[in-house]
Amino acid sequence: MPPASTSASRQLLPVIPLAALFFAAFVLPLAALVAISLFRTPQFAELSLVQYLRFFADPFSVKVLTDTLWLGAEVALATLILAYPLALVYVASGAFMRTSITFLIMLPLLTSTVVRTFAWIVILGRDGIVNSAMLSLGLWQAPARLLYTWEGMVLALTQIQLPLMALPVINSVLRLDGNLMRAAEGLGASRTRIFFTVILPLTLPGAIAGWLLVFAAAATAFITQTLVGGGRIILMPSYIYQQAVGVQDWPFSAALSLIFTLAVTGIVFAIGALSRRYVRGVDAA
Amino acid sequence: MQRSFADRFYSGVVGTITGFGMLLLLAPTLVVLVISFTGGITLKFPPPSWSLRWYVELVQSQEIIAPALTSLKIAAAATILSAVLGGAAALGLARSKLRIARTLDALFMSPMVLPAMAFGLSLLLVFNLLGIRLSAATLVLGHTIICVPFVIRMVGASVQQLNPVLITCSLSLGASRWYTFRRITLPLIRRGIVASCFVAFLTSFDNVPVSLFLADARTEVLPIKLWAILEGSLDVRVAAVSGVIVLVTLAGLVCAEIFGGVSRQIGSR
Repeated sequence: MPPASTSASRQLLPVIPLAALFFAAFVLPLAALVAISLFRTPQFAELSLVQYLRFFADPFSVKVLTDTLWLGAEVALATLILAYPLALVYVASGAFMRTSITFLIMLPLLTSTVVRTFAWIVILGRDGIVNSAMLSLGLWQAPARLLYTWEGMVLALTQIQLPLMALPVINSVLRLDGNLMRAAEGLGASRTRIFFTVILPLTLPGAIAGWLLVFAAAATAFITQTLVGGGRIILMPSYIYQQAVGVQDWPFSAALSLIFTLAVTGIVFAIGALSRRYVRGVDAA
Repeated sequence: MQRSFADRFYSGVVGTITGFGMLLLLAPTLVVLVISFTGGITLKFPPPSWSLRWYVELVQSQEIIAPALTSLKIAAAATILSAVLGGAAALGLARSKLRIARTLDALFMSPMVLPAMAFGLSLLLVFNLLGIRLSAATLVLGHTIICVPFVIRMVGASVQQLNPVLITCSLSLGASRWYTFRRITLPLIRRGIVASCFVAFLTSFDNVPVSLFLADARTEVLPIKLWAILEGSLDVRVAAVSGVIVLVTLAGLVCAEIFGGVSRQIGSR
């Protein structure tokens, strides 16, 4: 072996412990997950694809999956609508406003998920802020049910995941060449037109990156889904938990988690690849 | 130049949504802090009276304090393990041009892409097949894997910025590899290490998808305990725990900002 390649592989020596750990505690378990999903009964008798057939033949299971993916898509769209104005104001303002916006974005990012979800229980509850405000203003006659609804869950997840969208969108808008906007303005374009024909197309890679982050995070947000959505809205994470820990049907729960994983990562990779191929703009950091 | 009606309308829409967005980001944290000082026995907002009673109850609630201490210990262990193993790996990977280095890098980053519940379930199934009993150690193992991607990215970024000439200089002047590592490399990547430890600790402390499957009755962790409490009843003690967590996290952020410039590290991720 020539000396150059020896020193190149010696550089990798400190990587070995982590590689060993990942093999034992990451690669091996995931391989076992695939293997277990291929058995007919929880007692691991007889190999078959029956768990997957069981999933796709059952309209309830398929609806749980599509509902979960739809939730991710809806929340991601809502955060996108909130993130662009935040980014535009961020770019146009001075140091104090920029620091404030950064602080506001970091705050939920670093607060525990259970705490953020708990806040939404307080806000949306029967005696919560929204209900007491509406009742005392006389706009509502009786307290409305906001907690344990789909809309409440979307609103809570939108706030909880907004930072994941705001950071890449702000980064993209920051990288725009200001001359482009000044040129469009000089040529008489209205601000709305500048946004839709210059800013939005050029920052699309950042928006797509944020959309994918929020999509995956909202679809897998077990705590918020179960506490704000409540027991009547069944989504993939709670379905997997119920089948694994409640029913202890391991082959089926293994199949469920693999189907869910493939659905989420498949969508993320497909959209990511399409956008790299067809969307041109400033790079999102 | 006179601004047109359309432009003023546009600014109005942008300003309104931004205001709503900023309120939305801030409100929940404020709400948690305010409700934790309620004198009432429900989550009624605004609170009917003010008191510290829920903090007093919290201090006396062993069934919440014990999981909190467990969570702190697990997070500390997972942070140290992922920082040492992940930091060493990041140093090795950062300047290697071998193809296997890229593959390993992708492997170490993949826990971030994979839904963590699938990983948590897979660990549970493997421990079950191998007859390994769940314990604090198995939980630390799972958390370490989840924390590693942050260490790889943040320490990796610091190593990339390190000028390799400094290492060559030190070695050619007769310093040993260990001395060079301690006196040159380590101080220069310190910011990346501090920031990644901060994020790893929070990630482990806040982890639900892995703990959900790996925490048993003897190693109950705080997020799972709080989730179980909230699923059963809307207990106001959770508000007091949340108040403590928010204040401690803010204090931690200030410390990490001073020593590691965390916000820049996370913002540029």
